[in-house]
Amino acid sequence: MLAFILRRILQSIAVLLAVGLVAFSLFRYVGDPINAMVGQDTTMEQREELRQKLGLNDPAPIQFAKFIANAARGNFGLSYRTSEPVGRMILERMPATLELSFCAALFALFVGVPMGVYTGLYPRHWTSRLLQAISLIGISLPTFLIGILLILIFAVSLHWLPSFGRGQTVQIGWWTTNFLTVKGLQALILPSITLGLFQLTLLMRLVRSEMLEVMRADYIKFARARGLTNRAINFGHALKNTLVPVITVTGLQLGALIAFAIVTETVFAWPGVGQLFIQSVQFSDIPVMAAYLLLIGLLFVLINLTVDLLYFAVDPRLRGGGLARAGGH
Amino acid sequence: MHFNLRHSLAMTALACATLSVAPAVEAKTFKWANSGDVSSMDPYARQETFLLTFNSNIYDPLIRRDKDLKLEPALATKWGQSDPTTWFFDIRPNVKFHDGTPLTADDIVFSLNRANGPGSNMGSNFVSVKEIKKVGDNRVEVTTKYPDPLLADKWAAIGMMSKAWAEKNNAVNSADMTKNEENFATRNAMGTGPFMLKERKAGERTVLVPNPNWWDKPVHNLTEVIFTPVANPATRVAALKAGDIDMTYEVPPADTESLKKEANVKVLEGPETRVVFLGFDQERPELLESNVKGKNPFKDKKVREAIHRSVDVDAIKRTVMRGQSFPTNLMVAPGINGYTKDLDKRPALLKPEEAKKMLADAGYPNGFEVGMDCPNDRYVNDEKICQAVVAMLARIGVKVNLRAQTRNLYFAKILRKADLSPGETSFYMLGWSPAQTYDVHNVFEALIQTPNKTTKKGQFNAGGYSNPALDKLADAMEQETDKAKRDAMIKDATKLYVDDFAYIPLHQQAVVWAARKNIDLVQLADNSFPLRFVNVK
Repeated sequence: MLAFILRRILQSIAVLLAVGLVAFSLFRYVGDPINAMVGQDTTMEQREELRQKLGLNDPAPIQFAKFIANAARGNFGLSYRTSEPVGRMILERMPATLELSFCAALFALFVGVPMGVYTGLYPRHWTSRLLQAISLIGISLPTFLIGILLILIFAVSLHWLPSFGRGQTVQIGWWTTNFLTVKGLQALILPSITLGLFQLTLLMRLVRSEMLEVMRADYIKFARARGLTNRAINFGHALKNTLVPVITVTGLQLGALIAFAIVTETVFAWPGVGQLFIQSVQFSDIPVMAAYLLLIGLLFVLINLTVDLLYFAVDPRLRGGGLARAGGH
Repeated sequence: MHFNLRHSLAMTALACATLSVAPAVEAKTFKWANSGDVSSMDPYARQETFLLTFNSNIYDPLIRRDKDLKLEPALATKWGQSDPTTWFFDIRPNVKFHDGTPLTADDIVFSLNRANGPGSNMGSNFVSVKEIKKVGDNRVEVTTKYPDPLLADKWAAIGMMSKAWAEKNNAVNSADMTKNEENFATRNAMGTGPFMLKERKAGERTVLVPNPNWWDKPVHNLTEVIFTPVANPATRVAALKAGDIDMTYEVPPADTESLKKEANVKVLEGPETRVVFLGFDQERPELLESNVKGKNPFKDKKVREAIHRSVDVDAIKRTVMRGQSFPTNLMVAPGINGYTKDLDKRPALLKPEEAKKMLADAGYPNGFEVGMDCPNDRYVNDEKICQAVVAMLARIGVKVNLRAQTRNLYFAKILRKADLSPGETSFYMLGWSPAQTYDVHNVFEALIQTPNKTTKKGQFNAGGYSNPALDKLADAMEQETDKAKRDAMIKDATKLYVDDFAYIPLHQQAVVWAARKNIDLVQLADNSFPLRFVNVK
């Protein structure tokens, strides 16, 4: 057990280092941040001097090594764009992204699962077909377009909800929250739907196919023969057995929600880390980009590590020691 | 239930009653957005229009620009040159910083030195300065290394900061990017300006409130200003239509027409002081990506003329720019000192046969090939303009291979290197506005004079155009304090580069802002947006 965990952690560190190195080799293709950092009239000599001082002329591996050495001490440097400490910039924007992703996940879960159950139980009913058709939108329309459409309908035409931003937030320690004010909650609605729609569709289709399969299983027939109520069969027996893959997928998709909040955040001017990343790309703000990519890498590594450990706890077959070769999840 | 209903009815009635007897002071909140955030609250952090214009609401300069970009007194009541190398500034008495402390000549000296110090990006405004010192309680004197008639113009962009505040908060210098320390002044502010910083959440929102003790009589009627960066243009437009914002600073060209049809929205358009132009490589012995070996066609004035006179800027205005451009033949725009109206006439367009004949006379009967560089996210429709130029030149047998890329890569490629050796381009696009001085000399010095490592002239003359007569005139006008003589020099120098077809000036792009109908504001040609002119009806 301990050896397995240690091995996994070592692998995770290797993955993070690889992410960082790849990121740094890519940075040379996003361009030179100097021209955006200095005024129009700055002489070429001064620009070169600044480039030299910031270490931008160093080869990628050296820049990377310097970055890692500082990062290990918790110092991610100053942003080239705002001259603020990168660590704090990301920390300040984290609550916005986490709350948005959390709400999107809740939305996907509490709308997607019932929809899946319903369409699974009554696959031929016209409402099921309608829901199926609507769910196609979630898969086929790009997030960007969905966001703009929602804004046009609910903000511009109906004036029900704000068109952008976090509305009103409340500060609790370093965390800022949307959950404690009406305006904050209103501001969450459209971005959460936009971000969660794809996951909702995914969950609905997953639950639906699982339900279809389970409903054909013998134990459901036995349950019916025992004369249990439909309610008990559908929710007590059928749904429960579909939930294992649903939980796995939800967990993995939570990472994706946080990572892919970039587009939603840009559309809704949501002040989260995704928007910060986009701004940094436009500016070639290398310290911020590097920290963000490492953070997202870390997130995925942690989620995968947790999932691995859960499998380990759940599945006794994996305790034989041959896990690394068994692989394949 | 019943009780609750009655209770809430009573509450509503009470609320109405309170509202009707409330005093007549109305909240005039002005909410506006731009594609990006102000990168810092430090007024010297960057020499860029948006940062300078935003922070000038908080930090007053010595001398400010009025609605027509003319200089007018701000913190200095009087200024001038007591001799050719000495400037004086008389400081306005009884001005207070936002924290109530009085403004003194010490604050002025401190601020100017800070703007010229490490971490600041305003250093290029101080090239001529030898010493800045306080003489008497209300006067600051500046000695320059050589006569500098433009010092006051340059300093109109520099806001004044409280010395005591900066010292107390360890912000005596601007944030130094090469050191890993954050700076208090990046997030906080202490000036004497018409607005005070109430809340700063970088990337999210910045809230300003009026300064009740401002030295000048406010023209605006605002009680609060909320600025939000909204990166996505479609969201900005939607937010404006929905009334979630009152004004957006940058309107995407594609949305201008639809916004004009909106009942509650008005679109403001005007020419920007920046001129967008194309430049030729007149330096290399051989052009990059060309089939002509051993010589450089662009060194021949006839070739430059044929190309210049084949670029139809009016067609570009009609098609690519949707009418939102102001074609020009000069490298400076109206509103800039030194703009010479009678020279701003483009020579007649050539028919393709005529241009081809001109090229044949120059020794290129079959035209030639050349690579062209163009940004795709810097100027309005930059890449599309270049594509149009490629098509126009194809008609006269000049085959142009276009490479358009993002600005961070683009500028690194085309600009000259630290030792002023040429960048990697033979035909390129650039935009320029003499945003520090509002004077044509800056354009001569940066773009048209021969690149020279020792004198540091011609830094942005990427194509290496060189005319010794023009160099001499430009150097002379830099120090000439007699206006009539100087104007004559400007005219002569302008004629030289126009006749040489040194560049192909295209146009000034339009500054397009949009606001709700109930907002009164002033649109300035340098694309700056002072809140002190805003009124909410």
